[in-house]
Parts: sequence; C-alpha cells; structure tokens
Amino acid sequence: MATRLKDTDVVVIGLGAAGGVGVLPIAQAGLDIVALEAGTWLSKKDFAPDELRNNVRDWPMAVQKAQHEIPTQRVLGATLRAPSHPMMNAVGGTSLHYWAQSWRLNPWDFKVVSETTKRYGAARIPKESTVEDWPFGLDELEPFYDRVEHEIGVSGQAGNIRGAIDRRGNIFEGPRSRAFPMPPLRGTGFTEMMASAARSLGWHAFPGPAAINSRTYDGRSACMYHGFCNKGGCHVDAKNSPLVTTIPKAQKTGHLSVVTRAHVTTIEADRNGRVTGVNYLTDGVEYFQPAKVVLLATYTYENTRTLLLSKSPAFPNGLSNNHGQVGRHYFSHNQTAGVTALFPKNLNNWYGLPAQGVAIDDWADDNFDHAGLDFIGGGNLWVFSDRRPIGAASMDTFRRAPAWGSQWKAFIKENADRTNSSYLQKTTLPYADNYLDLDPTVKDPVGNPVCRINATFKENEMKLAAFIQDKMEAWYRAAGAIEIQRQPIVPIMGVTTHAYGGTRMGDNPDTNVVNRWGFSHEAPNLGILGASVMGTSGARNPTLTAQALAWRTAEHLVKNWKAIAS
Amino acid sequence: MRKTDHGLSRRELLKRAGLTGAAAMLPAALSSPTDAAPEAAQAAAAAAIPREPLEALTAAEADVLDAICARLIPTDENGPGAKEARAAHYIDRALAGFLAPSRQAYAAGLADLDRRAVASRGTPFATLAPADQDAVLKEIETTAFFTLVRAHTIQGTFCDPFYGGNANFVGWDLLDYPGVRTIVTADEQKIGITLKPNHKSAYDYAMFNKATAGGHGDHGNEA
Repeated sequence: MATRLKDTDVVVIGLGAAGGVGVLPIAQAGLDIVALEAGTWLSKKDFAPDELRNNVRDWPMAVQKAQHEIPTQRVLGATLRAPSHPMMNAVGGTSLHYWAQSWRLNPWDFKVVSETTKRYGAARIPKESTVEDWPFGLDELEPFYDRVEHEIGVSGQAGNIRGAIDRRGNIFEGPRSRAFPMPPLRGTGFTEMMASAARSLGWHAFPGPAAINSRTYDGRSACMYHGFCNKGGCHVDAKNSPLVTTIPKAQKTGHLSVVTRAHVTTIEADRNGRVTGVNYLTDGVEYFQPAKVVLLATYTYENTRTLLLSKSPAFPNGLSNNHGQVGRHYFSHNQTAGVTALFPKNLNNWYGLPAQGVAIDDWADDNFDHAGLDFIGGGNLWVFSDRRPIGAASMDTFRRAPAWGSQWKAFIKENADRTNSSYLQKTTLPYADNYLDLDPTVKDPVGNPVCRINATFKENEMKLAAFIQDKMEAWYRAAGAIEIQRQPIVPIMGVTTHAYGGTRMGDNPDTNVVNRWGFSHEAPNLGILGASVMGTSGARNPTLTAQALAWRTAEHLVKNWKAIAS
Repeated sequence: MRKTDHGLSRRELLKRAGLTGAAAMLPAALSSPTDAAPEAAQAAAAAAIPREPLEALTAAEADVLDAICARLIPTDENGPGAKEARAAHYIDRALAGFLAPSRQAYAAGLADLDRRAVASRGTPFATLAPADQDAVLKEIETTAFFTLVRAHTIQGTFCDPFYGGNANFVGWDLLDYPGVRTIVTADEQKIGITLKPNHKSAYDYAMFNKATAGGHGDHGNEA
C-alpha cells in the first residue's frame, strides 16, 4: 500500500526542459508545487570535458532509470531497440547536455494545412498524413517565446523585429517583439568561411539562436567555447538548463519542493474523470502524491507511456485516451541522411560548440517555391565548430585510405581537422500509421511495458531528404570541399531527442489529446508539457517551442486556477 | 543492453585514478613524437615499455592484444602509435570495468586470432612478423571482434589519459589536437593558426569530479 503524502496544489512529473520552466510562473503565483524527478542533482563539477565518458560512453545518461525504459521500434516487420535512450534523468533533464539551439518555429509551421492548400492546393498534402493547423498562429505564442528567451537567456541575431527585416538575422522568421536578450555567439574562422560560401550562392547565412550566454547574463558566466557542450553539461553554467535558470528561481519563492529519485509509475483518476495525484517509487517503496492539478512533463515517449499505463474505470484504455488519441500523430525529425565533407586545409574546429554555427533557412519550411517539386516542407542547414580527438580519429576516410595500419594513420594525421558534418533538420509530417503504444513483451524493471515506436519516414520525408542533401553538397562545394559523403536516406524513424506528438494539441477532441491551453480534453485538471503536444516539427530544434508552450500552459493554470483545480 | 558496473566503489575509482598517474610517468624519451625518430629506434623504445599490472586479461591474451594494437595504429615514420599510447592497457583496464560485458568477446576473439596464426603460419600471433600479422588481421577484418577491437584501440589511443591510454598524449599529438582547455579565445578559433598542445587531462583541472568519471557513475543513483 502506497504511503499517502501531504496534499499539494500542483504536482509536476519531470523537471526537464519543459517541466523545469513550467514550474516558475506557478511558483511565482504562490501555488505550492511538488516536482517529481527520476534523476538527481548534478552540478558543474560533474561536467568534465571528457570525450570518452560523455560522447563514447554516454555518461551520465547511461546510468539512468531511463536506460531501462528505452523504447522499442517496430520497423518493417522487425523489432529493434537502440542501445541508449536520448533522454536523461536529472534535475534539468536532457537540457543538461543538449546543444541549446533555441529556435522559434516559423509562421508556416503553425499553418501547414491552410498555407499549403492556399499556395499549391489540398492535393499536395500527403493523403495518409494526419497533419492539422495548430489551434493558433505564431502571433499567439510570440509573447511566450519572448518571455522564455529572456528568462533562460538566449543569444541570437534578430531577423525580423515587428516586421522590420534585418539581413544579419533569419529573414524568414516571424516578427518578434524585440531583439534577443544577448547578441549571437561569436563566429569562428570556419563559420565565417561557410557564411561567405553561402552568400556566394545567394543564400542568407546567419548565426543560429542558442540558450548559451554570449556575455554574462543574469549572474551567469559567458560561454568559454571549450568544446564539450555536445553531450556534456556546462562547466561554467553559461548554457541554460532549468537546473541553473528557472528551477533555482522557483525554489526561491518557497513554493517549489523538488523530490529526486522519484520513479513515477501512474497517475490516478477518480470516477468523474479528474486526476487526483501521482504514484511513484523510490528505492522500491511506493508513495502517492495527491494534488489538485497534475502536469505531465516527462518527454514525448514517456508522456504517452505514462498515460497508457494509467488505467482506471473512467479511463479504461489509459488516461485521457477515451478518444483513442494517446500515442497518435507521433513523428520525429529525420536526423539521418546527413552530409559530410572533406576540405583541403585544416579548419581549426577543435573547439567551439554545436550551437556556434551558421544556418541557412532558404530551403526550410515553405521559404521557397514548391510548385515544381514533389514534396512539401523543407530543411534547415546547419554547420558548426565541434571536434574531439576520438571522434576525429573515427572519421570516414572518403575511400582515400584503408581502415587501419600505416596508411590509415597517415590519413588521419593529415585530415583529422579537415572534415565537417552538417546537421540537417527536416520537416516530418504525422501519419495515420505512425504512432506510439506499449510494447507487448518488453518491460522495465518494475514490470511495466516500455514505449514502442511504430513509425517510418514516408515518401514526402525521403524526397525532401534528397533535396536537402543536394543543397548541403552545393554549400560545401562552394566552400571548397574536395570530397562529399552522403549518408543513406532510410525510412527508419528511431528513438530521438526530437520526438513529437502522442498527446497532440488541438481544438478537436476526436483528433487531439490536449486543448489549445495544453490541458486534457478528457481530464480537465491534467496538463501536458513538452514536444508531445506539438503537431508539426518545423525544421528546427523543438526545445524553445516546448518551453514557450509550457510557460503558456502554466500561466493559463495560474489565471484559471479556481476553474481548473476544483 | 549495456551493463554498467554499479558495484565499483569510490575507493576503487580513486585507486584507478592513481594508477593513471603512474602510467603518465613513462620515460620522457617517448614524449616527443614530433622529433620523428627513426622507425627502428621507435620500435625499440616501444618494446621497452614495461607492461602495467593486468586487471582483466591473462598475460597470454595481453600479448596478442598488444600485437594487434601495434598493427592497427603502428609505430612508423609518422611517430608513436597505439603501443606507445598504451591502448592495450586502456582496454585491459576497461575490460575490468565499463567494458566488462566485452570480456568474453575478447577471450574468444584473441584465442581465435592465435589459432589462425598457428594454423596458417605455425607460430602464435604475437611472434609473427608485422607483415604476417597484417595478413592474419585481414582475414578477420569483417568480424564483429575486429570492429570492437579497432574501436577500443582508437579509444585507448585518443582518450583522455585519465583512462590509462593516450600515454604521454601521443594520440593527441598525432592528430595535432591542442588539448583539453577550459577557456578558448576568438583568436584560437581562427583558421590558419597553430595552437601549442597543452598536454592536459580534463582531470588535471581541479574543478572536475573524478568520482563521476569513467562511466562507472553510480552518481546518478545517489540520494
């Protein structure tokens, strides 16, 4: 029998990028929050610049609870399982080691259906796709983007302030109400070389937005550019994570109580369909945390899994799943199909970070005419300064050398600092047969099924990937690359950090789990935070959007406390 | 799924950190890879490297592994290789820790290589001439064991010396990697500049926590 703990106003499940931000407006409003986090507290002394540990051995993710909960993938008749889970259990969550690229979605991403129909006709939307327009446009989310950018500290160059275009920034972005709180991270010799090559092609190069301090901000240090941001935490707290930004602020209010090592199993609901609290385990001991409102903020895969595991008389098929929508409209960025280049000179990319790069948005979203093309959407091209020795020595030899021995050694000695790999994020649409459910056989150590991914990239995503590879190759060639390697374009949609859907947001309860405010259509005092509520991916990292939505849901809760909590 | 050895005590970790310190104090003659010594002299120096106490492998297994590493990343006109980096030492230690799940694969793979050497050339792998060793390695190039040992040899040659490989920073010097820094200036990110290697391990900086290194990290499960 679970120990029943003292009642609280709000329980938040998961203190990562979304939950860690969402707690702040609630705590500041004076509501009492208990935050349940599976991981523990880490700090900058834990973030040594150690490639073997961080990049090869996946510490600290490898020792987490999540490692026993890696989703399975059902692909083309086979069931696969990745060796590690991209999510991390810790106060701050995966944002401890994320790249901190902090993009706003472009205006088109909110209106894929209506804009595509208007410009090219409804027939251009793939028939099997379940994509919908968001229930609101960028203008509705803009104040929340702005608020979060200033709370967590985002560096960047604005491209559109209230309609005034600034060509130093992204000319395709929607209007923002003011500049970024900090100038962009500095360029490098390599990023300047690539930006210049892009301009020679007539493209618009600009520094990407990053939740990393380009100067001292809010009492935290500026970035040291030391080169271990990629899968590592920040040793000077220059990189945002709620661990160093919103969570400490929320704690100062006296209204946030953080419980670490809390392994949440299910959310309880009463016969009226209202949630009543959360069951969790610590060292095998069961606890029940009652609350007036539950905010689920565990990650896309775990949000779906937790709901499907939480069955009750009111919700026999899983919490908030009486319309059968939990797990539906799942998709992820196609992070495969990359392009790698070899240059005839050293690039000096030994330092820097994945967020210190240069972006091209000319081929993203609907920023170019698709009239003569056979797909919709696009991709953001991104190159950056980032290299470490094991990774460098493991480089592709571009068919110029064998894989070992003296010739190989001579090759890597000459070329270790001469390659670059691009990061190409591309539109992925949701489809009727791409979804998440519970694995029928694979269970976690407490006996609960893990999440299963049933999804493949479809024709639209595959054609788009080839198109973007062409553009990336052209960019590298313009910069003087002497060899190009294209990764294969495969339909496998694996487990990823850029996972969306499963609890989609929309006005129609027949096709969406949460309403336009992020609260369940079926359980009115259950809110859901994270990219699981997003219905489109855009061509850029999801975190800032998930955070802006989290802030908006939290603020809605505060403003409507009486109506939602009772 | 990857097994992590939660059983390792903090004391054990610190002991290993100490061992790393000892491994870093190898003869100074080996620490200047840029003075391209003649191959014979390099090889003689490599042969003279004393083997650290073994933690997972048997002496016979370690002989085979040393020989494999020395062929994968040879000591040659481009300077020291995996032998001088003590890649085999890195692997041996890791097989007693983070890489323990690969221990059986090493037992089987090393024995198989020796059998092949004896069968085709009448002598154990470690005592074959380098060209013959290469020929035997070519036979197993497409096996899972070869992929494993190649990856681990690269790790042992280019990892932070904290882990018992990349001794005297010979791996990093081979790549002209200027070393772990905690602050990097704008000038240091320009194309065409040459940075002097600083020969520092991450754990030479006092601010970092050695107890969470090595992927052994029970840290994530602590209260």
